[in-house]
Amino acid sequence: AALKRRVRFQVSAALKEGHVTPTELCQRCLSLIKSTKFLNAYITVAEETALKQAEESEKRYRRGHPLGVLDGIPIAVKDNFNTAGIETTCASNMLKGYISPYNATAVQKLLDQGAVLLGKTNLDEFAMGSGSTDGVFGPVRNPWSYSRQYKEKFVPKSHSQDEKSNWVITGGSSGGSAAAVSSFTCFAALGSDTGGSTRNPAAHCGVVGLKPTYGLISRHGLIPLVNSMDVPGILTRCVDDAAVVLGSLAGHDPKDSTTIQDDFKPFELPNVADVSKLSIGIPKVTFKSCQQLWTGTAADLFKNAGAKVIEVSLPHTCYSIVCYHVLCTAEVASNMARFDGLEYGHRSDMNKSTESMYAATRREGFNDVVRGRILSGNYFLLKQNYENYFIKAQKVRRLIANDFVKVFRSGVDILLTPTTLCDAVPYMEFIKEDNRTRSAQDDILTQAANMAGLPAINVPTALSERGLPIGLQFIGRSFQEKQLLTVAKWFEKQVKFPMIQLEEVKRHDHDAFQHQKSASFS
Amino acid sequence: VLNRRCVEAAVMTGLALNCSINKKSLFDRKHYFYADLPAGYQITQQRVPIAVNGSLSYSLCIDNKMSQMVTKTVRIKQIQLEQDSGKSLHDDTRSQTLVDLNRAGVGLMEVVMEPDMCCGEEAAAAVRELQLILQTLGSSQAVMAEGQLRVDANVSVHHPGEPYGVRTEVKNINSIRFLAKAVDYEIQRQIEELESGGTILNETRAFDSKLGCTVPMRDKEGKQDYRFMPEPNLPPLILYDAKSLPANMNHQQVVNIDLIHERLPDLPSVKRAKLVERYGILPEHSFTLLNEDGLTEFFENVVKQTQMKPKKVIGWILNDLLSYLKQHSLTVKESPVSSFLLADLLNLLEKKEISSTAAKQVLAELWKGEGKTPLEIVKEKKLELIQDQKELEQICQAVIDGQENEVIMMVLG
Repeated sequence: AALKRRVRFQVSAALKEGHVTPTELCQRCLSLIKSTKFLNAYITVAEETALKQAEESEKRYRRGHPLGVLDGIPIAVKDNFNTAGIETTCASNMLKGYISPYNATAVQKLLDQGAVLLGKTNLDEFAMGSGSTDGVFGPVRNPWSYSRQYKEKFVPKSHSQDEKSNWVITGGSSGGSAAAVSSFTCFAALGSDTGGSTRNPAAHCGVVGLKPTYGLISRHGLIPLVNSMDVPGILTRCVDDAAVVLGSLAGHDPKDSTTIQDDFKPFELPNVADVSKLSIGIPKVTFKSCQQLWTGTAADLFKNAGAKVIEVSLPHTCYSIVCYHVLCTAEVASNMARFDGLEYGHRSDMNKSTESMYAATRREGFNDVVRGRILSGNYFLLKQNYENYFIKAQKVRRLIANDFVKVFRSGVDILLTPTTLCDAVPYMEFIKEDNRTRSAQDDILTQAANMAGLPAINVPTALSERGLPIGLQFIGRSFQEKQLLTVAKWFEKQVKFPMIQLEEVKRHDHDAFQHQKSASFS
Repeated sequence: VLNRRCVEAAVMTGLALNCSINKKSLFDRKHYFYADLPAGYQITQQRVPIAVNGSLSYSLCIDNKMSQMVTKTVRIKQIQLEQDSGKSLHDDTRSQTLVDLNRAGVGLMEVVMEPDMCCGEEAAAAVRELQLILQTLGSSQAVMAEGQLRVDANVSVHHPGEPYGVRTEVKNINSIRFLAKAVDYEIQRQIEELESGGTILNETRAFDSKLGCTVPMRDKEGKQDYRFMPEPNLPPLILYDAKSLPANMNHQQVVNIDLIHERLPDLPSVKRAKLVERYGILPEHSFTLLNEDGLTEFFENVVKQTQMKPKKVIGWILNDLLSYLKQHSLTVKESPVSSFLLADLLNLLEKKEISSTAAKQVLAELWKGEGKTPLEIVKEKKLELIQDQKELEQICQAVIDGQENEVIMMVLG
């Protein structure tokens, strides 16, 4: 059991030396997935294929020729990446039962390195949302809801509130992936990040969430939300692991014309970094974040190490929410047009006419959130509105991106902000507001990086007063992931974020057994 | 992902049509729902196409006799790259539509002409010339019957001096011949409509080749808002020329306009001029030669293998060979008479071994394709021209001897 808590580098070493075999590792992860089923982190568990992959990996280790550090390492993939032969649903009725004929490039690259694909993780439907609560397979539960740290601090607000129903959300939309990594069922997971969808759940679940520079990792096979902002995201338990996964994913893909042509050189992060020559910028923010305190503490850490910490201004970032809303819904409306029920996916029984079939299929296949965004998007793309909304939003986007250019040009190396406004809220509270309101609130700190295509990473920093994870975000210059991750790793070492103490796993196993026993009596 | 060959084909075609090539062109999404459009949008170039402002010169005969040709020009508005949709096959008997998606996504080149043509004949001639150019360049095989070249005609009428009238778009035209018919029908229909006090609707009509008329197309709704949006997955297309090409650029990653220009083959108009100059044939002859697939080659091969002057050879090619092929609906490639055989025959004629009447007889035999050489046929049918004076006298004497009475009658008057 202690094995799982180790980070991947150590596991790789263990595999190499034969202390544990890929098959054992795979089986343990699969069994842990079963006992944490209540988290609802996985939509599909690919048990058979995973074990086969583990077997192949084992053969390679026995021969002394593993493919690399990732060989035999169990991973999970967000269910909006195409996986050959394994269902890809995007947590939507539209694609329930859809088996893709090909692997997304990012998935293929991991498989080529020998990684073992355990399954597809849960998300908000079509990655639209910031809670991982709006998918057709139900919401994902934050593993920290069942941690000793949270339970110790938990104070019920009323009689009706009890521990069991007060679980907190993972954040989204890559909540399943974040929960999977956080609960030790895998060593790394793929998410996607369009407005913060990798960094947000990473912060809430206490794991590292990396959003790479736009154009670094291929989007081929990632079912698109906003083509001009989407990136595959990497979720791991430590920064070093994120660097390893990045090394195997980055690089030009001829199948994705938006990937850069330059060669990518995978890098290793130094164990000891000198941050004294760095200039850390902290953007002025007008809203209150529970994390403000931690940003201050982090700033002190850097100052004490000799770095320069200055306040910077990103004047147009306050418009990023509305700008994002226009551009995102417009691209969504376009990208969702392919789901008409004719070629694949759900098709309605309505057959009076082609149009009525389209309408019924799309009404049945998409949830409110998706339909709402499609309607908005089409509105903004109408001829009479295009100039006022879409073109204007494009211009505002340029201004937002230029803010960052200016700041980086003035000598700032890395920007530091909280990742989210607050720690994870209880599900019952979260659902009181609608998806759009929540997204607008929760994306506020993360979105601008997608607007500008910059790399950004969430590093788990400390626990809140409620015993839940808080993460801080570092934003770097385009394609300077090495510098960004070096700083992140240094910071990670300074703060020594505590390990989650999951007791619930054992207890739930026990409960299930009890239930079975009583059932056989009656 | 953009197909390099499509870009090169568009640049070649643009250069051949005297267009300005836009060094930067953009891609857009055009949204509409239809069963043969699987993505729900088509990628096209609405804002900035790859080539603009060109011209196409073509020739027409003034009368039907091919004796006077006149050159006309039609302006090319633009050339744009876009995606093809799938194919819809309507099965009315079972009230269903079958959708074939195999060609969805394949690259298309749309050539937009300005309304500079005034009748079916001009439209047909212009499109025919375009077809030849495309085939010469290798951009497309441009066979209309196979859907490799699709033509939509936009037709309007107006009184001289007044602005252009409302136009209709005519689709479903499957050959150049039908193009001329469709255009002429539509012009007539519009004139009749207006003269009887009606109006022309800005609509799409389909050409019915069986009835020879245009009919309004079903399931084409009114004005559609296509919600154009820049295509986010295709960055702007940048083309270079020798001047703008950066030194360290990987040559396999770029399309160089100047290089393409250098490699352009001779266009039809140039080819025709060369034929006229080289062989002394008439301009209208050169048109016919180029119009028929393989005919120029055949002609040149015959010329190479015979001493007969090209000016004479051309007569045999255009009058005898071509009309025979047309009669039997054969292509030049399918001709039972090869250029070698024809040259052989023409050599016999040239050497005065046979008369021209005899030559035509031999040719008629050769068509049968029985594998006999001209010489063999001549010997078989005893068609040789007799050159020997004595032999001729003997024959004449024999004839006269055999017709004593007639000869006496003639001598007596």
